[in-house]
Amino acid sequence: MYEILASRVLTTNIYEMVVKAPRIAARCLPGQFLIVRMDERGERIPLTICDYDRTAGTVNIVFQIVGASTKRMAELQTGDAFQDIVGPLGRPSELTEMDAEELKAKKILFVAGGVGTAPVYPQVKWLKEQGVAADVIVGAKTKDLLILEPEMEAVAGNLYITTDDGSYGRSGMVTKTIEDLVSEGKQYDVCIAIGPMIMMKFVCLLTKKLELPTIVSMNPIMVDGTGMCGACRLNVGGQVKFACVDGPEFDGHQVDFDQAMKRQSIYRTEEGRAKLALEEGETHHGGCGNCN
Amino acid sequence: MSVLEKVPVREQEPQERAANFEEVCYGYNKDEAMIEASRCINCKNARCVKGCPVSIDIPGFIAKVKEGNMEEAFHIISKSSALPAICGRVCPQETQCEGVCIRGVKGEAVSIGKLERFVADWARENNIAPQPATEKKGKKVAVIGAGPAGLTCAGDLAKLGYDVTIFEALHEAGGVLLYGIPEFRLPKDEVVKAEIENVKKLGVKIECNVIIGRSVTIDELMEEEGFEAVFIGSGAGLPKFMGIPGENAKGVFSANEFLTRNNLMKAFREDYDTPIHKGQKVAVVGGGNVAMDAARTALRLGAETHIVYRRSEAELPARAEEVHHAKEEGIIFDTLTNPTEILTDDNGDVIGMNCVRMELGEPDASGRRRPVEIPDSQFTMDVDTVIMALGTSPNPLISSTTEGLDINKWKCIVADETTGATSKPGVFAGGDAVTGAATVILAMGAGKAAAKGIDEYLSNK
Repeated sequence: MYEILASRVLTTNIYEMVVKAPRIAARCLPGQFLIVRMDERGERIPLTICDYDRTAGTVNIVFQIVGASTKRMAELQTGDAFQDIVGPLGRPSELTEMDAEELKAKKILFVAGGVGTAPVYPQVKWLKEQGVAADVIVGAKTKDLLILEPEMEAVAGNLYITTDDGSYGRSGMVTKTIEDLVSEGKQYDVCIAIGPMIMMKFVCLLTKKLELPTIVSMNPIMVDGTGMCGACRLNVGGQVKFACVDGPEFDGHQVDFDQAMKRQSIYRTEEGRAKLALEEGETHHGGCGNCN
Repeated sequence: MSVLEKVPVREQEPQERAANFEEVCYGYNKDEAMIEASRCINCKNARCVKGCPVSIDIPGFIAKVKEGNMEEAFHIISKSSALPAICGRVCPQETQCEGVCIRGVKGEAVSIGKLERFVADWARENNIAPQPATEKKGKKVAVIGAGPAGLTCAGDLAKLGYDVTIFEALHEAGGVLLYGIPEFRLPKDEVVKAEIENVKKLGVKIECNVIIGRSVTIDELMEEEGFEAVFIGSGAGLPKFMGIPGENAKGVFSANEFLTRNNLMKAFREDYDTPIHKGQKVAVVGGGNVAMDAARTALRLGAETHIVYRRSEAELPARAEEVHHAKEEGIIFDTLTNPTEILTDDNGDVIGMNCVRMELGEPDASGRRRPVEIPDSQFTMDVDTVIMALGTSPNPLISSTTEGLDINKWKCIVADETTGATSKPGVFAGGDAVTGAATVILAMGAGKAAAKGIDEYLSNK
């Protein structure tokens, strides 16, 4: 069992938990993920590692309620435990493989969207520890849905916040802020975008035009996370790649986002029905036209 | 009943079982087992023992069954096998022990598999467990993977007195026995978990949720955690796809994903969160045991299910018993048929599969007649779900993170057949990670050989 040492609500439907997982904390690097299973009946859920403490043997995870398992997970309290946590999975961010001089010479822009702010944080923090100050754009729908602002502020070079409705910081999508920064004369060597697939798609369309190399972190449906099931396969540059073993980070200009978004919805009906069953009881058995 | 024929085994009716996940075969009762055992003529130079990858003393245990001494029969089997209730169910006996049985020359072979199963089930029901070693060696061995190869190797080493820890990547021990083979062929709680408990009773520790190559490396296990030898039984690896258009559509799954969701993650049960795509009309592409398992699972989840295979029925690599059961249950076999494209609608859902008809030409490298496309034979199958059961390619996770571990051109780990020794001193390997996808019993045989190899290596160290 993997004990929850701390737990907090970041905003509506988004939770952060600090969990005891010594083997993972000992060797995980920014960009890697883990899989949790809350109990015997739960799904295996892939989550990016959002922070880690090697001495305490803990890792931080952030998740959003999207289905039955995450809804039940949100009810866990400090002192409760996950039945299973496995990791670290996937390949670490390419940045962690560069030497310090190479890294310091790079101008890096992070673009985080919604819950994607959480996986961006450890990368920016790690860079700060290497003496590199990266610029970070964080986008949220509204002020209320913004997460980890003070944490990000503490590690970013410049932090640009934008909300879709203009309720806080700049107004508009993250792509608008990228365009604004570039037209203000900012120059970047690499962009790392993590967030909803639709956001990553539009960031990539823009940065392709700007000729700014862009790395994205894909979080498709997966089961085992070790290469066994193939559920997480993606089309990258015309080749089939498994996000769990080949990724999760890929060259964003090569990823077929439209296909990835379709694959993301494979179990939407089944998941929605399971979540509704938790909320309303055994009421949804199909036939309504909305759930087959 | 003629002595030339096997005592028939009771099975669940096909129509009934096509809609549930209960075990198909009921196995023998004590009377049936004793009658069947009396058909064994107790050959002096028993060919069946040589036909068994783990060399069980088959005439020896059958003689005890004949006497009704099931406990002694169990201890005889346990000397050679840690997983008899599993092997009795999933071994291809027809090509191994029973395939060479002298009874089979004129009549039917002795039903060795069903007898083994009966003895193991009887022992479990009567709480008879194998005995742990009394003398400890004080040496630590790490086993990677709690599948058939790893469990066998660990069990044998524990019996020799080694301090064994198995590291398993998934959240539960069992490997393919758990995620791959369905409940209706191999009950999980009753049979698989019980046999793994028996391995634990021998003193074997199992640490789940550890991925070697990611959570910790083999070099770290040996240098920092004090393991003097390591056995790699990490299994088959990454599912293969055909590389045809439409294969990444929403309704296309690897057999590994489909079976893992259903078997390990229990998607067939309402009280589990795991979603699964049930489908109305399902095509399973492939002709091996995994294809049969996927097809029979899809059928039980309520779909009209087809096996699509490019060669003819005679070349199906699956066990005859599995093909027979699948047909009885209503699986439709579309042989000499090869998919060329999966058709999708705007949402990315599968709406059909284009195929061509094949005919058999000259034998190829595998000795089977090569399927050749018949010109202008294209047609469209009406399906909404496609499951690819085409085999696997090795997982590079361990080989790429272990210094000095050689792999061959197929990226399988190179290991000596008799000792399991790899190119790296103290590291042994066996099972699908070495051979590519094969059977449970061959993996067990490799695990057994490696346990012997490890014992020799550590004794001379």
